[in-house]
Amino acid sequence: MVVLSVRGLTKRFGEVVANDHIDLDVEEGEIHGLLGENGAGKSVLSSCIYGLYRPDEGRIFLRGHEVHIASPFDAIRLGIGMVHQHLTLVPHLRVWENIVLGREPRRGLRVDRVRAFAEVERLLEETGFRLDLAKNAGELPIGVQQRVEILKVLFRGAEILILDEPTAVLTPQEVDQLIETLHRLKAQGKTILFISHKLREIFALCDRVTVLRRGKKVGTLPVSSATPQMLAEMMVGRKVFFEFPRERLAKEEVLFELSHVFTDPPGVPLQDVSLKVHAGEILGIAGVEGNGQSELAEVVVGLRKPKKGKVIFRGRDVTAIPPKGRILQGMAHIPEDHHRRGVILDFSVKENLLLGFETEPPFRKGRMTLDFARIRDFARQKIQEFGIVTPSEDTPLRFLSGGNQQKVVVARELAFHPLFVLACQPTRGLDVAATEYLRHILLGVKREGKGVLLISADLDEVRALSDRVLVMYEGRIAGELSPESDEYQFGLLMGGKVLHEA
Amino acid sequence: MRLRLTVPVELFAIGLAFLLGMLVLFLTGYPPFSALWALFRGAFGTRNAIGQTLTQATPILFTSLAFLLAFRSGIFNIGIEGQFLIGAFTAALFGISFRGLPFPLHAILALFSGGFGGAVYALFPALLKVYLGAHEVITTMMLSYVALYLTSYFVNYPLKAPGWVAQTELVAPSARLPRILPPTQLSLAFPIALGLAFLVLWFLERTVPGFSIRAVGANPEASENRGISVRKYQILAFVLSGFIAGVGGGGEILGVHGRFVDGFSPGYGWDGIAVSLVGRLHPLGCIFASLLFGMLRAGGMTMTRVTKVPLDLSLIIQALVILLVAAPVLIEQLLTRRRKPQKSEV
Repeated sequence: MVVLSVRGLTKRFGEVVANDHIDLDVEEGEIHGLLGENGAGKSVLSSCIYGLYRPDEGRIFLRGHEVHIASPFDAIRLGIGMVHQHLTLVPHLRVWENIVLGREPRRGLRVDRVRAFAEVERLLEETGFRLDLAKNAGELPIGVQQRVEILKVLFRGAEILILDEPTAVLTPQEVDQLIETLHRLKAQGKTILFISHKLREIFALCDRVTVLRRGKKVGTLPVSSATPQMLAEMMVGRKVFFEFPRERLAKEEVLFELSHVFTDPPGVPLQDVSLKVHAGEILGIAGVEGNGQSELAEVVVGLRKPKKGKVIFRGRDVTAIPPKGRILQGMAHIPEDHHRRGVILDFSVKENLLLGFETEPPFRKGRMTLDFARIRDFARQKIQEFGIVTPSEDTPLRFLSGGNQQKVVVARELAFHPLFVLACQPTRGLDVAATEYLRHILLGVKREGKGVLLISADLDEVRALSDRVLVMYEGRIAGELSPESDEYQFGLLMGGKVLHEA
Repeated sequence: MRLRLTVPVELFAIGLAFLLGMLVLFLTGYPPFSALWALFRGAFGTRNAIGQTLTQATPILFTSLAFLLAFRSGIFNIGIEGQFLIGAFTAALFGISFRGLPFPLHAILALFSGGFGGAVYALFPALLKVYLGAHEVITTMMLSYVALYLTSYFVNYPLKAPGWVAQTELVAPSARLPRILPPTQLSLAFPIALGLAFLVLWFLERTVPGFSIRAVGANPEASENRGISVRKYQILAFVLSGFIAGVGGGGEILGVHGRFVDGFSPGYGWDGIAVSLVGRLHPLGCIFASLLFGMLRAGGMTMTRVTKVPLDLSLIIQALVILLVAAPVLIEQLLTRRRKPQKSEV
């Protein structure tokens, strides 16, 4: 039975048509995927259903009856709940207080704390969630906080749950736990509308999927009859390449080397980490996140000093050289979490492309002043070369899409022909087209005979791109594998910690 | 961030502040229109009035620029009052000593010595912040009181000029900044402050250290990643901030008072923070905001003299301007700083 049905829904923002006559049917008790690239209109559609936006045209039916949802209050009253991508818990309140917040059981004017707690406990029993209700919400890991958000929605009596890109903020393990949770909710008869741009999650979770592209519906189909290739093409609108030809290009020459590196806390201490990146090679670092990858990256770029051991670049010991010196010698870094570490959102595209090169002769005139004519030309050239979509070089980076922000990082890092590139989680949070683009860039760097060190928690990515793979576990190199080794072998090396816990 | 100026909202807020101020007058039984008229006349009505307005605007233009520069690097220098006082004091000392230096040189050096005093006084909290993590809000505020009582002690005891008033001797005439609109107290310090505003704008937008200071303030992690030292540029911005505050103090002594008088500053350093925020943390905005505040001060005095409306009206308007313009800016700035960078959409 169709529980939620949308007909001809259209939403415009000025000139932009975010949703163009979209039809959607969600069956009772199914997990329905809503798939599309960033900006395809997924969030707008779900916001219309949840009453955050008023659609310009179109109708919404609930169990066959037309409904008018003017606000989230209406949606909640009708049994529709939404979990947002960014968590909205009050960090200093306890878990159970967060769950009842806004819908507290009362006695007279006062909150009936005893009954509230009991009701939340009963909800946990019914749904099979396990949580420490007495903890402050802010102390919990993000994945657990998200479970609290889901409980909040269930507490309000939601039968239809909308999850807006819930996995964007989660680690891979937390994603697995979320998938398990959602399967359980489905078994209890809940209907779930799951928004994502990640194919893997759609396949792991959904019964049927609706694909959107540029505000229009491309189609709805059962996941069992779909292939990743097919969905990706529907999303992007053209053929997408997941498989890259593997070319052996590695030369004898060692470009970059870590030799018996040890570090101190804070962070995971590195213990006797050694690795070599050859010219024309991509060396992958696989491993469950939090096993020393971030610390390793900091040692490579010079933000963290090793306690023991050496960092060698082109045969020279650069251990004592700060980040700037390494950049100028030809090292580049595509950092993980580019919002925080790669770009300055308040700066313009132009200024972001300049960042770190501002002291260099081409952009200076005189000792101290910047040559803005040169900088503008440089920026325009990079915008064109890398296909960065931006109104102008003076637009603040905040207004660019995630993929275009990442392109700015890449354009800057590759601007002066580095010999060695460190890429950390380079495609996290990017949509299919941007991911494909970035992978091509890294392979291009390799083809030019340069070295790449690729750190990624996405095992598929590491295996698709790397010539050799090292697996990190608890600050050590647990072993080296060929990318063709089967997943089971990777699992064994990566999973020590996971095995302990289970 | 491109330093941008959004004018209309501010003008609206300022207009609203005036309206609310008049409402307060009306409710308390004073004639709102004639009071406002007197205030405007006192601020612009005559040559002298204009001179007064500009004189009052001068020190707060210096201090607002000082606050702005540090703020751009992510430093919350609320100890500008202290750096301003130390600058005033060192400039006075320099002006009193070294008699015999010829005119422009003596004045220029005295002004610079004021800047130097302010810079050194800002260096302490800068080092404490960068190397020991002592929060600058605490240290600079404390040091402001140290400066206040230290200078007060000197002019009350060891350096007190003969007479009843706690003040130093007059500085040598060769160290005075010339008056430019006699008989008002307006001195060369005002055009210097104006020029400085443009200099600060140019520095932040067009120079390597200015770019680095803005980068460090806007995203320290990304800056560090790109080899821009957060420590180095925060210290630089802090010290430059102190320098500007110190020059402002020196300008007040050499231009207006001619000597260090105990308690001569009614809190120019503190006002600078508010002026800077009303000016949207933009150097040119600071010019407008300091003129507005100067006008309220100068006009307010005339208004009190001519009508019987208490000076509080102009203080109420000042407070309302701060509330309506500056507070939202500050809150917005602090929020974007604390908040993790958000997902942005095209």
